[in-house]
Amino acid sequence: MRKNLNVIAAYSIMMGLIILVGIFQSWNIALSIFNLCLISAVMTMGANIQWGYAGLINFGIMGFTALGGLAAVLISVNPVQEAWSAGGTNILLSLFLIIGIVLAVRFVLKRYQKSKIRNYVIAAIIISGIIIIRLVSEPGIEAIEEVNPARTGFLGGLGLPIIFSWIVGAFFAGGLAFVIGKVALGLRADYLAIATLLISEIVIAIIKHEDWLTRGVKNVIGLKRPAPYEVNLQQTDWFINLVEKFNSGKLALISDIIERQAALNQFVIEGSSIFVKLCYSGLFLVVVIILLILTQKALYSPWGRMMRAIRDNEEAANAMGKNVVKQHLLIFVLGSAIVGIAGAMLVTQDGLFTPGSYRPLRYTFLIWVMVIVGGSGNNFGAILGGFVVWFLWIEAAPIGLYLVNLTTAGLEDTHFLKVHLIESVPYFRFLMMGIGLLLIMRYRPKGILPEKIEIK
Amino acid sequence: MDFLNALILLLNYIFVPALAYGSQLAIGAIFVTLIYGILRFANFATGDMMSFGTMIAIFFTWYFKSIGLSLGFLPTALLAIPFAILFMGLYMLIIDKFVFKYYRLNKSPPVQLAMVSIGVMFVTQAVVRIIIGPSDRRFFDGEKFLIRASEFKDMTGLNEGLAIKSTQVITIVVTIILVSILFWFLNKTKTGKSMRAYSDNEDLALLSGIDPKKIVMITWMIAAILATIGGVLYGLDKSFKPFTYFNNMLPIFAAAIVGGIGNPFGAFLGGYVIAFSEILLTYAYKKFFMYMLPESMEPDGLIQLLSTDYKFAVSFSILVIVLLYRPSGIFKGKIL
Repeated sequence: MRKNLNVIAAYSIMMGLIILVGIFQSWNIALSIFNLCLISAVMTMGANIQWGYAGLINFGIMGFTALGGLAAVLISVNPVQEAWSAGGTNILLSLFLIIGIVLAVRFVLKRYQKSKIRNYVIAAIIISGIIIIRLVSEPGIEAIEEVNPARTGFLGGLGLPIIFSWIVGAFFAGGLAFVIGKVALGLRADYLAIATLLISEIVIAIIKHEDWLTRGVKNVIGLKRPAPYEVNLQQTDWFINLVEKFNSGKLALISDIIERQAALNQFVIEGSSIFVKLCYSGLFLVVVIILLILTQKALYSPWGRMMRAIRDNEEAANAMGKNVVKQHLLIFVLGSAIVGIAGAMLVTQDGLFTPGSYRPLRYTFLIWVMVIVGGSGNNFGAILGGFVVWFLWIEAAPIGLYLVNLTTAGLEDTHFLKVHLIESVPYFRFLMMGIGLLLIMRYRPKGILPEKIEIK
Repeated sequence: MDFLNALILLLNYIFVPALAYGSQLAIGAIFVTLIYGILRFANFATGDMMSFGTMIAIFFTWYFKSIGLSLGFLPTALLAIPFAILFMGLYMLIIDKFVFKYYRLNKSPPVQLAMVSIGVMFVTQAVVRIIIGPSDRRFFDGEKFLIRASEFKDMTGLNEGLAIKSTQVITIVVTIILVSILFWFLNKTKTGKSMRAYSDNEDLALLSGIDPKKIVMITWMIAAILATIGGVLYGLDKSFKPFTYFNNMLPIFAAAIVGGIGNPFGAFLGGYVIAFSEILLTYAYKKFFMYMLPESMEPDGLIQLLSTDYKFAVSFSILVIVLLYRPSGIFKGKIL
């Protein structure tokens, strides 16, 4: 118990802060912060597995998040029959062609020795393949995008419950990570960082501009929900009764029946959105807890020990007969898959998929700040980092506004400096993140909850 | 005649813009490469440092305009550059003193320094956005075109016009001057040589009596010059927007790595490789083939290899290919 005192203290402070937001701002805001904290925690766990366990830098988190989101769309949206009949065959044919190209390249790589001719042959296969694919897919894509472009204009998905996409998202992200890992894991640490950053930009570019897949920047809205809709809740009897029971004390104070009914309606509307958010919180909490148990088990297993050995001294681990390349690839895939789950969860919670909103600052660098601040190598630290940083990211604007008002209290309200500062309050969050990261890196380089290795 | 028209077409839409864009990338890439070679970390604050320098230059431009100072047909911003560089150098030294120095003295691994540079990135970005705001700003003044398309048509009697913006010429001329001075400095002067020695082998350089403090300071100064000039040139040619500058970091990194990170000459050429491949692969060649081929063979489609949406993706793919086949870049990296 005593050993874990700092963990418990840190988490209680964090929960206390969120509850304070609930009391002083509103429970709606507090819960939405809490939900996004949970999603961030899943992302940081993914990044932490790669960085904390194995020392791999993955700056491509944005790409894996987006792939998770893509999975949510492809799983949950109902298929667009017209589009499938218009251009589905062309798309399927192109898919087979891509697989064919990959197999052909693999065959050449396996069969023939390394030589200039082999390189030229591979280049020729890829280039001619791309040209053929373009010829095959072009008419299909045009036909698909012409099907009711204002509402669909894409192939749609499978029409399954959106929860399945959390698993599929993991597979998507893991698949991409496998390809990237095969290609880039041999690179030195900072090269790997840059390469993954750029590859994630390529992924975003593809998702943004292939309209037949997910409508591109036209966004997909109104995705299915694993939770009930507010409107339906507001008309269900048991829910209204529940709200009435909760607020019976307040309602009893109002004597007039009409006023009482109005107050009850207000409570029901407020309560419905809180109830929906609570449903999401429950689902996300389950995911976080399952992942936490799995990652903790992994950390203290022989496999976890091996990973740390590889991280701390690659040559020595290699000399002991551990396959460093294979283990790096494995952990890169695992970590990215977890990030993919988080991506799908994010889209599930928002109910919409907006490729334009994926920006490296928010989805890559911020997650890294979370990992570093929380404590790399420690799962509790990573989750705490997700909570603390996301909390500050959201609450930075109110805090900034307060500080601006405090420091410029002597100035008139129309003074240009004050007006300018109040306008730029949203950017105080960048300042806060940067200074926080720099301070932590300098004075507590292992994070708030540092890695602690006990032999069990 | 058709041949000439086709040639002018390519010059107008591919060669001149790519040369200007490539120069802007090249300056940034040399900046990245210098920091990497001498201070030994990948600087993720590159784009934001450039936007900081540009912001100061914009303030000086506004000040000069308000007191009625101008360079005639040249943009006033050119006059502001030297002053901006002074402030930028000060900013770089402050950052180095309070942030990077500690890790350098502790001999931290490059990865940690890269993480720290992300912190610097956040702070710089916040400072720029708080001071000047996130909106798009144009600070170009003076003569806009050197040759207008219509003038060119009248002059030569061709169907295709060639428009050369003065900012493009300024970019290219300034880049050539700046890069020649830099290479002269690195290769011929004693300080430059000691910088290269320090980059090549730190311990040996220290043994032969090279003062690391001086080297680091000069590196930051050169970095300030490159960041400011590169940023101002980009802002003059396009426009100044903090978010775009942050995004420019990506092709700049690509250029530096393609050229072989740590190698300034490679970075210089890498900038052009990236710029030309981006524009060559995404240009629609329909009109070109209309001039070159007989009428019966005129193409139907746009003859575009990739849609312009994939502009960034092109340069990143090149980077990935280079990393796969020559991880040290086209020109072997790590020799300053």
